[in-house]
Amino acid sequence: MSESLELLVNGVRHRVAPGPERTLLEVLREDLDLTGTKYGCGEGQCGACTVLIDGRPSRSCQTRAAALAGKHVTTIEGLTRETKWNPLRAAFAEQDAMQCGYCTSGMLMSAAALLSKHPHPERAEVINFMDGNICRCGTYPRIVAAILQAANGSRGARS
Amino acid sequence: MNNPPLEPERYELYAAPPYKFELDRRDFFRTLGAGFVVVLLARDVDAQESGGRRRGGVRQEMPREIIAWLHIGENGYITVFTGKVEVGQNIRTSLAQAVAGELRVPLDRVNLVMGDTALTPFDMGTFGSRTTPTMAPELRKAAATARQAMIAKAAAQWGVEASTLKAADGKVEKPGSRESLSYGQLGAAQTLLKEIASDTPLTPASEWTVAGHSAHKAGEADFATGRHRYPSDIARPGMLYGRVLRPPSFGATLASFDSHAAEAMAGVTAVRDGDFAGVVAHNSRAASLALAALKAQWNPVSQPSGADLFKDLKSNTTESRSGHSTGALDGGFAAADHKLEGTYTVAYIAHAPLEPRAAVAEWNGNRLTVWTGTQRPFGVRTELAEAFHLPEDSVHVLMPDTGAAYGGKHTGEAAVEAARLAKAAGKPVKLVWTREEEFTWAYFRPAGLIEISSGVANGSLTAWKFDNYNSGPAAIQTPYDVANQKIEFHPSKSPLRQGSYRGLASTANVFARETHMDELAHSIGMDPLAFRLKNLSEPRLRTALETAAERFGWGKQKPGAGRGFGVAAGTDKGGYVATCAEVEVGAAGAPVRVVRVVQAFECGAIVNPDQLKNQVQGAIMMGIGGALYEAIKFDNGRILNAKFSLYQVPRF
Repeated sequence: MSESLELLVNGVRHRVAPGPERTLLEVLREDLDLTGTKYGCGEGQCGACTVLIDGRPSRSCQTRAAALAGKHVTTIEGLTRETKWNPLRAAFAEQDAMQCGYCTSGMLMSAAALLSKHPHPERAEVINFMDGNICRCGTYPRIVAAILQAANGSRGARS
Repeated sequence: MNNPPLEPERYELYAAPPYKFELDRRDFFRTLGAGFVVVLLARDVDAQESGGRRRGGVRQEMPREIIAWLHIGENGYITVFTGKVEVGQNIRTSLAQAVAGELRVPLDRVNLVMGDTALTPFDMGTFGSRTTPTMAPELRKAAATARQAMIAKAAAQWGVEASTLKAADGKVEKPGSRESLSYGQLGAAQTLLKEIASDTPLTPASEWTVAGHSAHKAGEADFATGRHRYPSDIARPGMLYGRVLRPPSFGATLASFDSHAAEAMAGVTAVRDGDFAGVVAHNSRAASLALAALKAQWNPVSQPSGADLFKDLKSNTTESRSGHSTGALDGGFAAADHKLEGTYTVAYIAHAPLEPRAAVAEWNGNRLTVWTGTQRPFGVRTELAEAFHLPEDSVHVLMPDTGAAYGGKHTGEAAVEAARLAKAAGKPVKLVWTREEEFTWAYFRPAGLIEISSGVANGSLTAWKFDNYNSGPAAIQTPYDVANQKIEFHPSKSPLRQGSYRGLASTANVFARETHMDELAHSIGMDPLAFRLKNLSEPRLRTALETAAERFGWGKQKPGAGRGFGVAAGTDKGGYVATCAEVEVGAAGAPVRVVRVVQAFECGAIVNPDQLKNQVQGAIMMGIGGALYEAIKFDNGRILNAKFSLYQVPRF
């Protein structure tokens, strides 16, 4: 077994022993029971596993856990506790921007990353930024509407 | 024309034989505690609960096949038990609405227990667009029966006529007084079993108060916070992680197997059982490393390739073709002033639900419990019972709300595999298929070849010959008026494993028919919309077509350079749909861009308008994928594009 390292997830220190191979996604889900972060493809194509590493949206299935000593990881469970994202979640609910909901964690993480950087994005910016996340149920227009609604602080037109 | 009778897809008919469910009342009440229970029987029951009195007609002995039941708790909360499952179509929401409205309780008072083989009655599966037209009315009958029983109990308690009382907001109210009795109070005193009469009156849609409104997804907050546990999120004490060894190509058999290196790794168990082999380890990465350490040799079996797919489908037909014929085709063609032939193909496509197949299996002696994502929990129970030679009542399948299916999760491969690995490991085992496995070892929407010959005279259809090879019979009938027609479905020996799909074979049959209708219209110089309307008397489809065209602005403007307008219509399973689209075709090699889609969708009374709209939008999105770029590529038993980086799905 490899040496253990300290992982800072949602503001909590965890001691984990990921070895050289294990991904952040695996450690989050299997060691820390943070199952809100999802496996979708294992090649960084679908965005279901998106987390924030030092605030930057990252594919946890493509990130080796061993490389994260000293970095801050935020998952959907952490985002949920940050009240500043309540309007974003409320907008997703208002727009019913999900069907099966499996992509929703990743969508919210990516959307939070976008809004942190660009609090008032244009529609085209939203589409461009979110394009790495797949919703196989096809709720894209609703997700765009929800993000714009959260950004503009008002009820967007229901798509 | 009349709608053809609803016809299940042939590949949906591998469901288990009907299960004779005998309600064990003691077990049932032990689970639920005291309260009031309504049990809905599958066939009309004309006997009263009190003693089997006849109410006319012939009473026949019948197996007590139960469709659903509901329970009113002492706290006034309603629990509905149904074998249907939630995969993102939001029936957990819409079925609760149907029950709440009929029972006259607030929506948040109703909870559904779904797809749990120990708690819910047998259900063949959640497929074929059956839940809302078939299950919702049955649950409404159960709810209406419960409401009437609550009123009757209150009437008896107060010594008044039941007809003077009304139920509202989870209570029975006594008119002219402030007195009321809550359902909890009324149900608490005793346990009662009430069977549902076939003639239970239901609230007409015009008077719906809960159904008919756009309730948000049930449990939405759990999905938007990551709290909801999908099948792949289930964890059990001491649980291990499994991986399955896959052959390099379809049909290959395992010639030799050496697991020494893998089993030398800490905590690894390897298992081989015939052509099945896999490993179990303490986490999924360790399992993947152990899998890579397995030494296996496979005997490949030559398999067809995609290059000759459509030729193969036509030449490998089986004898079991089905179809219908009216009029005389020869006469129809003879009467035509214009004839046209066309050939249309659809590819194999993958459902690609974002949550791949997943299962957690746990043995307790000879009893097996499996959490898995499937549209047929009872079918998976049968698969497990057969695979492990167990009686079905030793197998418990639970189906947590799952990360989508689209017709692609009728089967229980991951459940059987996880159970086999757990049996070898002696511990609970989780198995989550990789995306590549899901793309390769699940099943596909059937590919198909469709040939159409048609004739028109003065813009009216005179002949219609339609042959579908392999893709299925759903929506194969033409809704257009044509006196002479012969329509046949020819099952074929499919080179790839195939099965159900969202919209079933409608995706193939409507695509081919509507494309041909367009080609016909163009070839006789008629507007595609006008041509359709001239040949269409079905009133609901006409309305859908006219509505879509009007909202789109059909005929009001010409498409700009590089753009075109398209129109199509179809009906299946009680839905009537028409679509107009504006599409941009750039320079050669540039992707086709869908500029806008206007769709009219009519399906009768709507339980949840915005969730229906959500489904329709999603269906349009998924349809665009199949129409423009989704296609499985295969060669000699291998899938060549089993990844999202190689298989394009619709994106933002």
